[in-house]
Amino acid sequence: MKPETRRTLVSFLIELVVYTIGIVVYFFLVLHFLADWLEHLSKENIKLYAIVAITLILGQAVILEWVTTFLFRLLRGRSE
Amino acid sequence: MTPLLAMHFPISGTDISPIYLVVTGFLIGILGGFFGVGGSFIAGPALRAIGMHWNFAVGTDLAHIVGKSVVAAKRHRALGNVDLRLGLIMAAGTILGAECGAQLIQYLKRQGNVDFVVSIVSIVIYSSISLFMVWESSRTVRSQKKNRAKTDGAQKGRHAKDESSFAGLTKAMQRIPLWPVVSLPTSGVKAISVWVIIIVSFIGGLFSGFLGGGAGYIRMPMMVYILGIPTHLAVGTDLFEIIISASYGTFSHAIKGNVDILVALVMHTGAAIGAQIGAILTQYFAGPKIRLLFVPLPLVGVAIVTYTLITGHKL
Repeated sequence: MKPETRRTLVSFLIELVVYTIGIVVYFFLVLHFLADWLEHLSKENIKLYAIVAITLILGQAVILEWVTTFLFRLLRGRSE
Repeated sequence: MTPLLAMHFPISGTDISPIYLVVTGFLIGILGGFFGVGGSFIAGPALRAIGMHWNFAVGTDLAHIVGKSVVAAKRHRALGNVDLRLGLIMAAGTILGAECGAQLIQYLKRQGNVDFVVSIVSIVIYSSISLFMVWESSRTVRSQKKNRAKTDGAQKGRHAKDESSFAGLTKAMQRIPLWPVVSLPTSGVKAISVWVIIIVSFIGGLFSGFLGGGAGYIRMPMMVYILGIPTHLAVGTDLFEIIISASYGTFSHAIKGNVDILVALVMHTGAAIGAQIGAILTQYFAGPKIRLLFVPLPLVGVAIVTYTLITGHKL
């Protein structure tokens, strides 16, 4: 394997491990704290549930985009 | 069969392994970032295959796609692959189409045959798209080789690489003199009727609301073949437009009780990193090759839906 390919692969694997650990912690927290409240909301106030659902997925997208970009830059030492 | 480390998702009442969701999201993220599609031809069947009803699979998939498209579109914007004007016009048609699609789902839900009808429609649509794209892309690649031989390698550059076999149709569509006519300088389109763009996006929206996802599998080819948008720009603009239209679709499905946001959030954690990788990969492939590589993907969805439909079993 070429040294450059090996470097890319190693940094990608490190990114993946760091990301995976963060994500596992994050989504267990999300599931733990939000599951009951969201289920209740989906039954009691469906319009508010719809707004909360959109906000949650957009918020998570922005945060995870920032986290993945940060990881890419940190481990490769440059902007992708 | 109980899924590995299954967790209970109370909103949809399903037991799903979060590992399955994250891995599915990751793979779909790579595909989405690379092909500019939401990946619903895999995500929908993948959720259906583990026991989720189609109405939940469609709505939840849309929610997950909103998140994934934010990541991939931002990456494509940095690469200069987003035509904002085109994306904003398309969003209007897509929202209208998505609402019609969601209403169709509601009608089928009331009739009690949503799972059967959506399965059949998805098999027909996904197979047709694959067959069409394999035919068109191979024809374009062959024609490019022929042209290259004729000009002794004189054709170079991104534009020359991004031809399609439907140049005649594209020109005819761009000549329709229906007011209002706009120019799309970012995409290299001098003039095109807004109505052509709206109709293309309405069809995409209809499929999005009915089969779930962003319907990039049908909108992306239509943008290339009918509107004449270069493939790289079609990919990026499609993703940008999906953020707006899928957000609306998610809201519409959520108030109809078809979205399990917890499933979408877990899937999206995998998709976020996959989308970054997929978007970076587009830099290394020319337009027709991206389209040719796209071909087997809808067939994976067809295989999963057919298996679930015939056996009635979960994966």
